[in-house]
Amino acid sequence: MGERVNAAVAATAPAAEIAPPAVERGCALVTGASRGIGAAIARGLAADGWRVAIGYRDGADEAAAVADRIRAAGGAVATLAADVADPDAADLLCAGAERELGLPVLALVNNAGIRVDALSPQIADADWQAVLDVNLSAAFRLTRRALRPMLRARCGRIVNIASVVGQRANPGQASYAASKAGLVAFTKTVAAEVARRSVTVNAVAPGLIETDMTAGLSGELLAAVPARRPGTPDEVAACVRFLVSPQAGYVTGSLLTVDGGLSA
Amino acid sequence: MPIATKQDVDQRVREALVEFGADADAIAPEARFEALDIDSLDLVELAQIAEDDYGVAITTEDLKRIETVGQAVDLIVERAA
Repeated sequence: MGERVNAAVAATAPAAEIAPPAVERGCALVTGASRGIGAAIARGLAADGWRVAIGYRDGADEAAAVADRIRAAGGAVATLAADVADPDAADLLCAGAERELGLPVLALVNNAGIRVDALSPQIADADWQAVLDVNLSAAFRLTRRALRPMLRARCGRIVNIASVVGQRANPGQASYAASKAGLVAFTKTVAAEVARRSVTVNAVAPGLIETDMTAGLSGELLAAVPARRPGTPDEVAACVRFLVSPQAGYVTGSLLTVDGGLSA
Repeated sequence: MPIATKQDVDQRVREALVEFGADADAIAPEARFEALDIDSLDLVELAQIAEDDYGVAITTEDLKRIETVGQAVDLIVERAA
């Protein structure tokens, strides 16, 4: 019985490939990386040896500051301006990263996100659409574009930054919740599609994290956090760094929650 | 960009199919992708090779129609012309 099982496993196991590590074969693209969680992710991936492309929409000065900090630490970095809601942004960012950093995108972090809060009866069409465009559709277009080099390279990491709000109700954030829950479903489906090319696709769901986005949120949410404090962008970045690392090659289609116990 | 002669495209498609795990000896114009264990993800990658190497766009509809190696080669040659 043991021999048959071993033979069956051996028959389906992929041949070991001795290839240079991903950080030498590709670059990392992080969207929404001029501040907050995105900036922490960009710094963290650079510290792990990745050449990093920082995507940003408006914060040119902030993006430059993040880039300066990465360069000062010895990293290679490029800043790319684009509005991810624009259908052309995916190609612009991926091609731009490749051009500026000399390597195809083999690590993509879909972090750019917006929220436009209102109770459901008050949500305007344009606001609903804007949230879905940036938080979900952009991630889809960037994934579609980045999978091209990843599939050919037999190597890739995609991490989608979701939110605990996608899993746990927070009144006033129906559009945000829908976009983030959709992002998780998208993550799992794509993960199953491309796993055998050694491309992993995972989501990270931050809870309450100290950033501009949570600055105006009520204290009620914080009171519900077992850890009794907001998380830091670096704590979220640590999760992304793990998922992008070679050690996480067998982790795919998963949702890593980093919320101080909020959704436990 | 490589020239899209039928011979050249046939060679490139063969290379790709072998890369995807197909038995080289079993590859022939009439060979069905299913019989070669070539699945939809492999075909998506083949479409990408067609685009990268020959500038040919292959759509989801095209992928649904082509069932044999020969059909894939003919489609690429036709579109590259």
